[in-house]
Amino acid sequence: MTDTQRIRFLSTSLIVGFFLAWEVLCILLNVSDLVLPRPSEILVTMWTRFPVLWPHILQTLYSTLVGFSLGVVIGVTLGVLVGTSKIAYAVAYPLLVGFSSIPKVAVVPIFVLWFGSGTTPAVLTAMVICVFPIVVNIATGLATTEPELEDVLKTLGASKTEILWNVGLPRAMPYFFASLKVAITLSFVGAVLSETVASNMGIGNVMMTASSNFQVSLVFAGLIILALMGVALYAVFSLLERRVTGWATRGNDIAVT
Amino acid sequence: MNMSSNIPARDAQPVQTASVHSRPALELQNASVVFGSGANAVTALTPTNLKMERGDFLALVGPSGCGKSTILKLVSNLLQPSEGLVLVGGKEARAKELRIGMAFQNPTMLPWLTIEQNVMMPLKIVSPFKETYRQDKTGAFRDRVHALLAQVGLKDFAQHYPWQLSGGMLQRSNLCRALVHEPDLLLLDEPFGALDQFTREELWQIMQDLYLDRKPTVLLVTHDLREAGYLANRICVMSARPGRIISDEPVNIPQPRDIGMIYSPAFVEMTQNLRELIAQVRST
Repeated sequence: MTDTQRIRFLSTSLIVGFFLAWEVLCILLNVSDLVLPRPSEILVTMWTRFPVLWPHILQTLYSTLVGFSLGVVIGVTLGVLVGTSKIAYAVAYPLLVGFSSIPKVAVVPIFVLWFGSGTTPAVLTAMVICVFPIVVNIATGLATTEPELEDVLKTLGASKTEILWNVGLPRAMPYFFASLKVAITLSFVGAVLSETVASNMGIGNVMMTASSNFQVSLVFAGLIILALMGVALYAVFSLLERRVTGWATRGNDIAVT
Repeated sequence: MNMSSNIPARDAQPVQTASVHSRPALELQNASVVFGSGANAVTALTPTNLKMERGDFLALVGPSGCGKSTILKLVSNLLQPSEGLVLVGGKEARAKELRIGMAFQNPTMLPWLTIEQNVMMPLKIVSPFKETYRQDKTGAFRDRVHALLAQVGLKDFAQHYPWQLSGGMLQRSNLCRALVHEPDLLLLDEPFGALDQFTREELWQIMQDLYLDRKPTVLLVTHDLREAGYLANRICVMSARPGRIISDEPVNIPQPRDIGMIYSPAFVEMTQNLRELIAQVRST
């Protein structure tokens, strides 16, 4: 068995073991299913209620992805503006830090005030929450480009745009994709957050409603669905990252030295 | 050497060559560089005059910090002269339409591109190639890049990424990238400095072949006197900071030169003389 195989085997056993321990402890300690339902009960609920849950899953996914896409567009634009000029970087940094340090829960009531409850505040929260890591990463990637790489194009008489396009942006790609992994997770959190507060759709809303009706196993079913969706989104973007910026993770040092 | 006959654009503009021919390929007119101002001013280069004809291969040697690289930066547009003029083919070096090829000591291949894409980069940036880049990148330009890579023995590595190549191979692709757009002026900043002796001598021969084949105007900055003597047909010695050209001698050995020649008495005597000259300027 190779090392990677062993690691895979062990982490699978850990996950399975976790749920087994949960199940067994609930039975042994006679925990009421109003406090903590057993995984088997949750699984049954998920299965039987799936037709009802499915549109909510799609709704959460939709809010997350739309908000995330908007966030990427805004984040990349701001990141390029800030990253290509040292002065812009220094000038804009305090404001960016200020925005980023606002707890994002606090913006939900404002969006509800402006747009009413529903999909819009969820999308906007998902967007706002993911912009900052993208801006910072793009800006850092551009600002840390090795001057030697830029000199290659400068001696050829390349314009600023050509340098940005051929050196700056490709060089910033690994930073960008690293930030996307973080950003998609944050967007997801933002969307669910907004749904729990102000929406009649989405998994966040399902969990709120279920909890006020004491449908505890449905609450947990929602939680597990959220976990699975989060993992899936993260996995998609890690895969994309490895595809696009593979050059950065192998033997990069040979190329620059 | 018949590889070069496959390369189309070489014989493309005989008319232009004639008009530029009357002017020196490179000329420094009292060019000087001063960093900082007032009491903190550091003179990197005292007013310097230097002329290179088309097809010259000039080596600049001298102690470290003498301003050799400053001259290269002036010519390559990375630095502006504080005073004086830098003319390339009669035009001021800041002019955009200049065609300069440059190879640094670091190969600085862009790590996200294949060797082929790296070598093709100047064709994407420099006129008149960039105008037809979209059409030609899979045709004429690709053939041109492949012919060059074949000439330096990298035919099978076009699709490799820089991290898959050794230092010597990267430096060979670096030479290709510096030459692919038929530059008016080829600038070499100690391009073989970081290589081991065997690889270096191998690259000297490749460089000589490329030079004799294409006859670009070459300005080579180096610490290595044997490298200067083997490759160049003219050697300038610079004094220590502030830099100044103190000797300007032709190398009267017919080309192509055999690599064994660097151990011949005449060659050893020449490098010995250069060495003593540099030792003198260092001590003063």
